[in-house]
Amino acid sequence: MVQLLAPHGTRTPHEQLDAVLEESGLAAPERLRGYYRDMVMIRAADLEATSLQRQGQLGLWASALGQEAAQIGAGHASRTQDYLVPTYREHGVAWARGIEPWRLLELFRGISHGGWDPNALRTHPYMIVLGSQAPHAVGYAMGLQRDGVVGTGDAETDTAVLALFGDGASSEGEVAESFTFAASFQAPVVFYTQNNQWAISVPTQVQSRVPLAQRSRGWGIPSVRVDGNDVLAVLGAVRTALDSARGGNGPVFVEAMTYRMAAHTTSDDASRYRPAAEEEEWAAKDPILRLRRHLEQLGEIDEQFTSRCDEEAHDLAMQLHHHIHGMEDPDPVRMFDHPYAEPHPIVDAERAQYLEYVAQFEDEDTEETTR
Amino acid sequence: MSTSSTLPIAKAITAGLRDAMAADDRVLLMGEDIATLGGVFRVTDGLLAEFGAQRVVDTPLAEAGIVGTAVGLAVRGYRPVVEIQFDGFVFPAYNQITTQVAKMHNRTSGAVNLPMVIRIPHGGGIGAVEHHSESPEALFAHTAGLRILAPATAQDAYWMTRQAIESEDPVIMLEPKRRYWVKGDVDPDRRPALSPWQAQVVRPGTDATLLAWGPSMPLALESAQAAEADGLDLEVIDARSLSPVDVPTIADSVRRTGRLLIVHEAPVLGGLGGEIAARISEECFYHLEAPVLRVGGYHLPYPPARMEHAYLPDLDRVLDGVDRLLEH
Ligand SMILES: Cc1ncc(C[n+]2csc(CCOP(=O)(O)OP(=O)(O)O)c2C)c(N)n1
Repeated sequence: MVQLLAPHGTRTPHEQLDAVLEESGLAAPERLRGYYRDMVMIRAADLEATSLQRQGQLGLWASALGQEAAQIGAGHASRTQDYLVPTYREHGVAWARGIEPWRLLELFRGISHGGWDPNALRTHPYMIVLGSQAPHAVGYAMGLQRDGVVGTGDAETDTAVLALFGDGASSEGEVAESFTFAASFQAPVVFYTQNNQWAISVPTQVQSRVPLAQRSRGWGIPSVRVDGNDVLAVLGAVRTALDSARGGNGPVFVEAMTYRMAAHTTSDDASRYRPAAEEEEWAAKDPILRLRRHLEQLGEIDEQFTSRCDEEAHDLAMQLHHHIHGMEDPDPVRMFDHPYAEPHPIVDAERAQYLEYVAQFEDEDTEETTR
Repeated sequence: MSTSSTLPIAKAITAGLRDAMAADDRVLLMGEDIATLGGVFRVTDGLLAEFGAQRVVDTPLAEAGIVGTAVGLAVRGYRPVVEIQFDGFVFPAYNQITTQVAKMHNRTSGAVNLPMVIRIPHGGGIGAVEHHSESPEALFAHTAGLRILAPATAQDAYWMTRQAIESEDPVIMLEPKRRYWVKGDVDPDRRPALSPWQAQVVRPGTDATLLAWGPSMPLALESAQAAEADGLDLEVIDARSLSPVDVPTIADSVRRTGRLLIVHEAPVLGGLGGEIAARISEECFYHLEAPVLRVGGYHLPYPPARMEHAYLPDLDRVLDGVDRLLEH
């Protein structure tokens, strides 16, 4: 497992990844402080979302607590032109892509199935049916090949796709088929699994007898396993993989070892299947604390900076609160707006029927009030 | 053996599974999160401790694999009962279900039976995110070779579980997930006289017939009660089996009442209600006082939670349907 930062924050040299980080500037001190801030922000947003769910403001929340380094690292390793294909727990990746956290809440509150424009933000919508997004990622990458934006040697325009899915989802047939397509066509795609050890109640060992990172090799897809609680290792590995894919060398698979600190979602009770000792063991590997210790060792962080991050995080949580209360329930007639891109006579008829039906009650209401 | 008691629907299914497993050691359960966790709805809770990991199996996360391996187990003489976590996640297994499960008996000219059960929590109204509230019954009813049961009460939940497992044909059990915790009487000692493949008149009436199933049953009954206040006497039928649909029982009723309103959550366009309406129109043409009407979902993807109340049939929409039926 590739690790650049030990849990107590000391840096282990790594010839290849250090070179990539050095060259890309991804490990410059101000960048490191930025990742720290990002992780603190996204954790605060996550905790706030959990409490909003408890208050009945969200139907559900899937917490990414503990996976901040795996997500902020992967998000920042990609370049603006890259296309990202997430699952439903990629709040840190979304943050790194510039998607405000309240947009994520639309789905969890139940006012929309999406929340952002995938084309504008180069980020696919969150996906609920596990694994089904993996072939989309490969197809998008095949499109990039056709558009001639792969392997030209121009780092500013060469493009790749980052496909994200969990350790559990990696068992789905569609992921296997994605490997097949990506390998056959040497598509510029990086498969990125956050192995957070559990798929609801089922541990990774039930999904795979071998480390997941070995799996893709049967398809001829090179792979690497990194410490997912180490933001530098994630940055280095994902950037390397993306650069390789962008350069026309075909797909790469990256497995980031991390941990889902909270329950699967707010509807799950992790105590039914997960030993508390395991949770404690992983708490000691906290990704935010690790980066902070590293920055302290470098002398690149001070009390003033960390407390400013905390304040900003608090403000972000307040903003979420604010946005939630501003999110009105949509007029249900809006459900007829987008089933098709072109007019559809049955949808039109059903919309008219719906409006007519609703109007009956409005007439009753006005009759009652005028009476 | 369980004894007569009041149980929530979820627990009635648990009891059905337990009793079937105790009665026949070829019965085994497979699915995501069903063992240690007891299923996300806790339907299999406690069964791992009772029957062990060979018979209550936490599978890898792969629906095509779950259903496909169940086919192999059934060919080998086992009676697998698989759980699909939510209705919207049955589609990765759709290929296995429609091309394999449904056709193996026919393909082998009857030499191979597939006595397997696919349990699917069914329907909406629980405020969930996308893919957790689907009503795919018409897709499966359209596929010959499958049987579909849709219990609406705890008693049916218990007995249909047992009867589905006993069936030599593959059975899809659509479980009304938003009613999992609604209690009802269950008598596990007395096998019901009514076959699981028959519909049941649950409320006799004379002015019109309301037909529903599974999650829509309470709404149908509630509507009949509300209509009674307006001096209308509605007959209510629980379809219970969706493949085969018990057309004779429904036709009998319609011959008496002259009117039929079908209520289901699935989109009306291409829904099972349309098939039933066509058959009743054929069989009861001279008895019908009005066209058969349907109240159901729109031709839309199931909407986000905060709009689902407008998508799902509710009391007003059913009564509106009844009004339209009686206008004729
Ligand atoms: C096709 C499909 N089957 C089942 C589910 C229900 N489900 C949602 S999340 C989950 C576990 C996913 O685990 P993993 O892929 O490891 O991702 P994690 O939630 O741990 O991030 C399951 C079984 C689903 N969403 N889609």
